[in-house]
Amino acid sequence: MDDRAATQISLRGVTKVFLGHEGHPDVHALGPIDLDVTRGEFFTVVGPSGCGKSTLLDLLSGMTAATAGTVTFDGKALSGTVPTGIGAVFQQDASFFWLNVFDNVAFGLRRRGAPRAEVEARVKKALAFMGLTGFAKAYPAQLSGGMRQRVCIARTLVLEPEVLLLDEPFGALDQQTRLLMGDELLRIWRETGATVVLITHALDEAAMLSDRVGVISARPGRFIDIVATGWPRTRDSRIVSDAKFGAITARLWEKLRGESIRSLEAAGIPTDNNK
Amino acid sequence: MKSARFDYLLFAAGLLLLWQLIYWAVGAEVLSSPLDTIARAVELLRAPEFWVHARATTSAFAVASVISIAGGIVLGLWLGLRRFAGDVASPILGSLYSIPKITLYPLILLAFGLGVSAKIAFGVIHGIFPVAIFTMNAVRNVAPVYHRTAHVMRLSPVATAATIMAPAAFPEILAGIRVGIALTLLGTLIGELFASTSGVGFALVRAMGIHNVTDILALTLLIFIFAGSINVSLQIIERWMRHGR
Repeated sequence: MDDRAATQISLRGVTKVFLGHEGHPDVHALGPIDLDVTRGEFFTVVGPSGCGKSTLLDLLSGMTAATAGTVTFDGKALSGTVPTGIGAVFQQDASFFWLNVFDNVAFGLRRRGAPRAEVEARVKKALAFMGLTGFAKAYPAQLSGGMRQRVCIARTLVLEPEVLLLDEPFGALDQQTRLLMGDELLRIWRETGATVVLITHALDEAAMLSDRVGVISARPGRFIDIVATGWPRTRDSRIVSDAKFGAITARLWEKLRGESIRSLEAAGIPTDNNK
Repeated sequence: MKSARFDYLLFAAGLLLLWQLIYWAVGAEVLSSPLDTIARAVELLRAPEFWVHARATTSAFAVASVISIAGGIVLGLWLGLRRFAGDVASPILGSLYSIPKITLYPLILLAFGLGVSAKIAFGVIHGIFPVAIFTMNAVRNVAPVYHRTAHVMRLSPVATAATIMAPAAFPEILAGIRVGIALTLLGTLIGELFASTSGVGFALVRAMGIHNVTDILALTLLIFIFAGSINVSLQIIERWMRHGR
């Protein structure tokens, strides 16, 4: 380990309230939340829909400023500015359709003014790492959804982020592709040594991938449980057959079930099981 | 690709056949045959007088197109980037786009007089609104995930606009330019039909006056080919810019 603090991102009393417009009331989306994300860990956030998971990611990345409380990254407070060393991949396809795969991945490096030879070498490495070598000249529209998401991941990884924020990155993919992308994600996490914060609504994904899983309540989102999985660092999707996997998933669901019902009822959808 | 080209040829042949059939049905008083028309069109292309008219039309059309495109893009960008202004302007632009501009013709004549500036003004009021509407929508429709991507990559607003927003919106803006150019040509020609002393539109009206059916159709055919080739070239560029999207 290096000599820097073990805590990479720290949230203290963080609250986010969206101010209402044109007569709509304010929305208390999140918090207050306290959280410490350890350097190099794989932390996953699960919660019912509309609980402010994506808002949490915006706060962690510094894209949004907290209404109250402090977010610190490497010991420095963030206030609506994204620090260097953060990379993010979103659920929606964010590949640039006007650039081919190579230029997509090279985008960030070129914006930073990296020399041509360095761009070439690092992009090639990132493409190989994500299994895209044969597709350097292809345009996103010629690729499947899963491949486009790989392009977005490669575009982020090439910048060598210390923290990788993932907002339901496999949400739009089919189940088999999701499992395989999960394995891919574990490999990326192991080989880059980056801290990974994953936002998802898939409990199996959370249980299989994470060191720790934070369960968020219905809105306003708060952590109601943080489950440490205790998986070894060298794990893959085959741990789904481990007895412990079932136990972890069951515990997550037990915590989340009541919250999901509350969240549905808040949205005006009736449910039979109010126990 | 090959079968598409074959389909176009088949379509063109079908049109010619239909034309010939209608010609046989209605007679030379109303319509000239495809062969006569094409022969006359070739003759026109060799006549210096036609080129005087063609030059008058194309120069007015070129100026009107530049104004329509530049003005439409500036207006569209401004309205697209400012949500509130866009919400207010959108229905106004929509109605300006759809009213028959011919009703404004007397006003245009009063403001610009007879001559080339009236033609240009008439072309511009046809072309500028579709360009503005398409540009506004293109900017508004850029996926929010691109904004978040730019934000997390720490791009400045200027860099975001230049390297992400502009290329993301460009294919749709180009579609607006294509529609705008077609309507600018329409406006310019209408301008020439009414109060003008030169241009292809003027030549067309003169042919109508002396009931020269072959001339009318030959000029129409040339305009059709001119407008069609601009449209097709822009469509090819647009398709290329979309990269199969």
